[in-house]
Amino acid sequence: MTVSELAKAVGLQVISMPSPDTVIECGYAGDLLSWVMGNAQQGCAWMTIMTNRNIIAVAELIDMACVIVTEGSDIPDDVAALAKEKEINLLATELPTYEMCVQVSRLI
Amino acid sequence: MPEPLKFTYDINGENFASAGEASMQIKKELRSLGFDPQTIRRVSIAMYEGEINMVIHAGGGVAEVLVSPDSIEIILTDHGPGIPDIDLAMQEGYSTAPDTIRSIGFGAGMGLPNMKKYTDEMVIESHVQKGTRVFMRFDVK
Repeated sequence: MTVSELAKAVGLQVISMPSPDTVIECGYAGDLLSWVMGNAQQGCAWMTIMTNRNIIAVAELIDMACVIVTEGSDIPDDVAALAKEKEINLLATELPTYEMCVQVSRLI
Repeated sequence: MPEPLKFTYDINGENFASAGEASMQIKKELRSLGFDPQTIRRVSIAMYEGEINMVIHAGGGVAEVLVSPDSIEIILTDHGPGIPDIDLAMQEGYSTAPDTIRSIGFGAGMGLPNMKKYTDEMVIESHVQKGTRVFMRFDVK
Protein backbone atom coordinates (compact mmCIF):
# COMPACT_ATOMS: atom_id res chain seq x y z
CA MET A 1 0.00 0.00 0.00
CA THR A 2 1.26 3.48 -0.80
CA VAL A 3 1.52 6.38 1.63
CA SER A 4 -1.33 8.27 -0.02
CA GLU A 5 -3.55 5.18 0.00
CA LEU A 6 -2.92 4.69 3.71
CA ALA A 7 -3.58 8.38 4.40
CA LYS A 8 -6.90 8.13 2.60
CA ALA A 9 -7.93 4.79 4.11
CA VAL A 10 -7.32 5.90 7.71
CA GLY A 11 -8.20 9.57 7.22
CA LEU A 12 -4.76 10.85 8.21
CA GLN A 13 -3.99 14.54 8.21
CA VAL A 14 -1.39 15.28 5.55
CA ILE A 15 1.32 17.67 6.79
CA SER A 16 3.80 16.96 3.99
CA MET A 17 3.49 14.38 1.22
CA PRO A 18 6.08 14.95 -1.51
CA SER A 19 6.20 11.21 -2.33
CA PRO A 20 2.59 9.93 -2.20
CA ASP A 21 3.37 6.81 -4.24
CA THR A 22 6.07 5.47 -1.92
CA VAL A 23 5.16 1.93 -0.90
CA ILE A 24 4.94 1.17 2.83
CA GLU A 25 6.82 -2.06 3.43
CA CYS A 26 6.50 -2.38 7.19
CA GLY A 27 5.68 -0.50 10.37
CA TYR A 28 7.65 0.67 13.38
CA ALA A 29 6.59 2.40 16.59
CA GLY A 30 8.81 4.16 19.10
CA ASP A 31 9.73 7.48 20.67
CA LEU A 32 13.35 7.00 21.72
CA LEU A 33 15.11 8.28 18.65
CA SER A 34 18.35 6.29 19.06
CA TRP A 35 16.33 3.14 19.55
CA VAL A 36 14.28 3.88 16.46
CA MET A 37 17.41 4.58 14.43
CA GLY A 38 18.93 1.31 15.57
CA ASN A 39 15.92 -0.83 14.78
CA ALA A 40 13.51 0.69 12.25
CA GLN A 41 13.70 -0.62 8.71
CA GLN A 42 13.95 1.26 5.44
CA GLY A 43 10.54 1.78 3.83
CA CYS A 44 8.63 1.65 7.11
CA ALA A 45 5.76 3.77 8.37
CA TRP A 46 6.98 5.14 11.72
CA MET A 47 4.45 5.85 14.45
CA THR A 48 5.62 8.29 17.12
CA ILE A 49 4.41 11.01 19.49
CA MET A 50 7.69 12.90 19.07
CA THR A 51 7.38 16.11 17.07
CA ASN A 52 10.75 17.86 17.26
CA ARG A 53 12.95 18.54 14.24
CA ASN A 54 15.10 15.48 14.87
CA ILE A 55 12.28 13.14 13.76
CA ILE A 56 12.78 14.49 10.24
CA ALA A 57 16.50 13.70 10.38
CA VAL A 58 15.76 10.17 11.63
CA ALA A 59 13.22 9.59 8.84
CA GLU A 60 15.71 10.86 6.28
CA LEU A 61 18.58 8.74 7.62
CA ILE A 62 16.55 5.53 7.61
CA ASP A 63 14.76 6.24 4.30
CA MET A 64 11.37 5.69 5.89
CA ALA A 65 8.23 5.66 3.77
CA CYS A 66 6.51 8.10 6.14
CA VAL A 67 6.29 9.42 9.68
CA ILE A 68 2.87 9.27 11.35
CA VAL A 69 2.55 11.50 14.40
CA THR A 70 -0.06 9.88 16.64
CA GLU A 71 -2.26 10.79 19.61
CA GLY A 72 -2.92 14.30 18.29
CA SER A 73 0.60 15.36 19.24
CA ASP A 74 1.09 18.99 18.21
CA ILE A 75 3.46 19.47 15.25
CA PRO A 76 5.30 22.82 15.32
CA ASP A 77 5.24 24.87 12.11
CA ASP A 78 9.01 24.69 11.70
CA VAL A 79 8.91 20.89 11.78
CA ALA A 80 6.16 20.84 9.12
CA ALA A 81 8.27 23.21 7.01
CA LEU A 82 11.38 21.08 7.51
CA ALA A 83 9.49 17.95 6.38
CA LYS A 84 8.56 19.74 3.15
CA GLU A 85 12.09 21.03 2.65
CA LYS A 86 13.64 17.59 3.21
CA GLU A 87 10.89 15.88 1.18
CA ILE A 88 9.72 13.66 4.02
CA ASN A 89 6.16 12.29 4.09
CA LEU A 90 4.71 13.52 7.40
CA LEU A 91 1.18 12.57 8.45
CA ALA A 92 -0.81 13.05 11.64
CA THR A 93 -3.68 11.40 13.46
CA GLU A 94 -5.65 11.61 16.69
CA LEU A 95 -5.48 7.81 16.97
CA PRO A 96 -3.40 6.33 19.79
CA THR A 97 -0.13 4.78 18.61
CA TYR A 98 -1.39 1.24 19.17
CA GLU A 99 -4.58 1.83 17.18
CA MET A 100 -2.58 3.37 14.34
CA CYS A 101 -0.22 0.35 14.34
CA VAL A 102 -3.24 -1.95 14.07
CA GLN A 103 -4.43 0.00 11.04
CA VAL A 104 -1.01 -0.19 9.38
CA SER A 105 -0.78 -3.90 10.08
CA ARG A 106 -4.26 -4.49 8.69
CA LEU A 107 -3.84 -2.41 5.56
CA ILE A 108 -0.31 -2.72 4.19
CA MET B 1 46.58 2.93 -3.78
CA PRO B 2 44.79 6.26 -4.20
CA GLU B 3 44.51 8.72 -1.33
CA PRO B 4 41.18 8.46 0.52
CA LEU B 5 38.62 11.19 -0.10
CA LYS B 6 38.44 13.47 2.91
CA PHE B 7 35.41 15.39 4.13
CA THR B 8 35.52 17.71 7.14
CA TYR B 9 32.49 19.09 8.96
CA ASP B 10 32.21 21.58 11.79
CA ILE B 11 29.52 20.44 14.18
CA ASN B 12 27.78 23.49 15.60
CA GLY B 13 27.23 23.01 19.31
CA GLU B 14 24.88 25.97 19.68
CA ASN B 15 22.08 24.61 17.59
CA PHE B 16 20.62 21.26 18.56
CA ALA B 17 17.93 21.57 15.90
CA SER B 18 20.48 21.53 13.09
CA ALA B 19 22.31 18.45 14.43
CA GLY B 20 22.33 15.88 11.69
CA GLU B 21 23.35 18.14 8.82
CA ALA B 22 26.80 16.55 8.54
CA SER B 23 25.34 13.02 8.60
CA MET B 24 22.94 13.92 5.80
CA GLN B 25 25.80 15.39 3.79
CA ILE B 26 27.95 12.30 4.18
CA LYS B 27 24.99 10.08 3.36
CA LYS B 28 24.55 11.99 0.07
CA GLU B 29 28.28 11.81 -0.72
CA LEU B 30 28.41 8.05 -0.11
CA ARG B 31 25.29 7.51 -2.17
CA SER B 32 26.71 9.46 -5.09
CA LEU B 33 29.96 7.48 -4.78
CA GLY B 34 27.92 4.30 -5.23
CA PHE B 35 28.34 2.61 -1.82
CA ASP B 36 25.80 -0.07 -0.93
CA PRO B 37 22.74 0.95 1.14
CA GLN B 38 23.74 -1.13 4.18
CA THR B 39 27.14 0.56 4.44
CA ILE B 40 25.56 3.98 3.98
CA ARG B 41 23.05 3.22 6.73
CA ARG B 42 25.73 2.09 9.19
CA VAL B 43 27.97 5.09 8.53
CA SER B 44 25.23 7.71 8.59
CA ILE B 45 23.53 6.44 11.76
CA ALA B 46 26.85 6.20 13.63
CA MET B 47 27.78 9.67 12.41
CA TYR B 48 24.40 11.08 13.49
CA GLU B 49 24.72 9.58 16.97
CA GLY B 50 28.22 11.04 17.19
CA GLU B 51 26.99 14.44 16.09
CA ILE B 52 24.19 14.37 18.65
CA ASN B 53 26.67 13.41 21.37
CA MET B 54 28.98 16.28 20.51
CA VAL B 55 26.09 18.76 20.53
CA ILE B 56 24.58 17.47 23.80
CA HIS B 57 27.77 17.02 25.78
CA ALA B 58 30.65 18.92 24.25
CA GLY B 59 29.38 22.14 22.67
CA GLY B 60 30.14 20.84 19.19
CA GLY B 61 33.31 19.65 17.52
CA VAL B 62 34.78 18.50 14.24
CA ALA B 63 34.00 15.41 12.17
CA GLU B 64 36.49 14.12 9.63
CA VAL B 65 35.45 11.39 7.24
CA LEU B 66 37.97 9.44 5.16
CA VAL B 67 36.46 7.46 2.33
CA SER B 68 38.28 4.63 0.54
CA PRO B 69 36.72 1.96 -1.66
CA ASP B 70 37.16 -0.74 1.00
CA SER B 71 36.71 1.22 4.23
CA ILE B 72 35.31 4.41 5.68
CA GLU B 73 36.78 6.07 8.75
CA ILE B 74 35.23 8.77 10.91
CA ILE B 75 37.15 10.78 13.48
CA LEU B 76 35.08 12.92 15.84
CA THR B 77 37.02 15.40 17.93
CA ASP B 78 35.64 17.71 20.60
CA HIS B 79 36.97 19.88 23.41
CA GLY B 80 34.15 19.10 25.82
CA PRO B 81 34.27 17.84 29.42
CA GLY B 82 35.57 14.37 28.48
CA ILE B 83 34.25 10.98 29.59
CA PRO B 84 35.48 9.97 33.08
CA ASP B 85 34.54 6.28 32.73
CA ILE B 86 34.38 5.04 29.14
CA ASP B 87 33.26 1.49 30.08
CA LEU B 88 30.31 2.94 31.98
CA ALA B 89 29.45 5.28 29.09
CA MET B 90 29.44 2.29 26.74
CA GLN B 91 26.73 0.50 28.75
CA GLU B 92 23.30 0.54 27.16
CA GLY B 93 20.96 2.73 29.17
CA TYR B 94 23.68 4.75 30.92
CA SER B 95 23.30 8.45 30.16
CA THR B 96 24.27 11.79 31.64
CA ALA B 97 22.05 13.77 29.27
CA PRO B 98 19.82 16.37 30.94
CA ASP B 99 16.01 16.10 31.06
CA THR B 100 15.62 18.67 28.27
CA ILE B 101 17.41 16.27 25.94
CA ARG B 102 15.42 13.26 27.17
CA SER B 103 12.19 15.10 26.54
CA ILE B 104 12.96 15.27 22.83
CA GLY B 105 13.71 11.57 22.55
CA PHE B 106 17.46 11.40 23.10
CA GLY B 107 19.48 10.60 26.19
CA ALA B 108 18.35 6.98 26.41
CA GLY B 109 21.93 5.80 26.76
CA MET B 110 21.88 4.19 23.32
CA GLY B 111 24.18 6.54 21.39
CA LEU B 112 27.63 5.04 22.01
CA PRO B 113 26.35 1.41 22.00
CA ASN B 114 24.61 2.11 18.67
CA MET B 115 27.81 3.57 17.24
CA LYS B 116 29.80 0.53 18.39
CA LYS B 117 27.19 -1.81 16.92
CA TYR B 118 27.56 -0.29 13.46
CA THR B 119 31.34 -0.10 13.33
CA ASP B 120 34.00 -2.72 12.69
CA GLU B 121 36.32 -0.84 15.03
CA MET B 122 35.64 1.97 17.48
CA VAL B 123 38.23 3.56 19.75
CA ILE B 124 37.41 6.29 22.26
CA GLU B 125 40.16 8.42 23.77
CA SER B 126 39.03 10.89 26.35
CA HIS B 127 40.62 13.22 28.86
CA VAL B 128 38.51 14.89 31.53
CA GLN B 129 38.32 18.66 31.05
CA LYS B 130 40.15 18.37 27.72
CA GLY B 131 37.93 16.52 25.31
CA THR B 132 37.14 13.34 23.47
CA ARG B 133 38.24 11.72 20.23
CA VAL B 134 36.18 8.92 18.73
CA PHE B 135 37.63 6.84 15.89
CA MET B 136 35.26 4.62 13.92
CA ARG B 137 36.07 2.31 11.04
CA PHE B 138 33.54 0.68 8.74
CA ASP B 139 34.72 -2.08 6.42
CA VAL B 140 32.94 -2.11 3.10
CA LYS B 141 31.68 -5.64 2.55
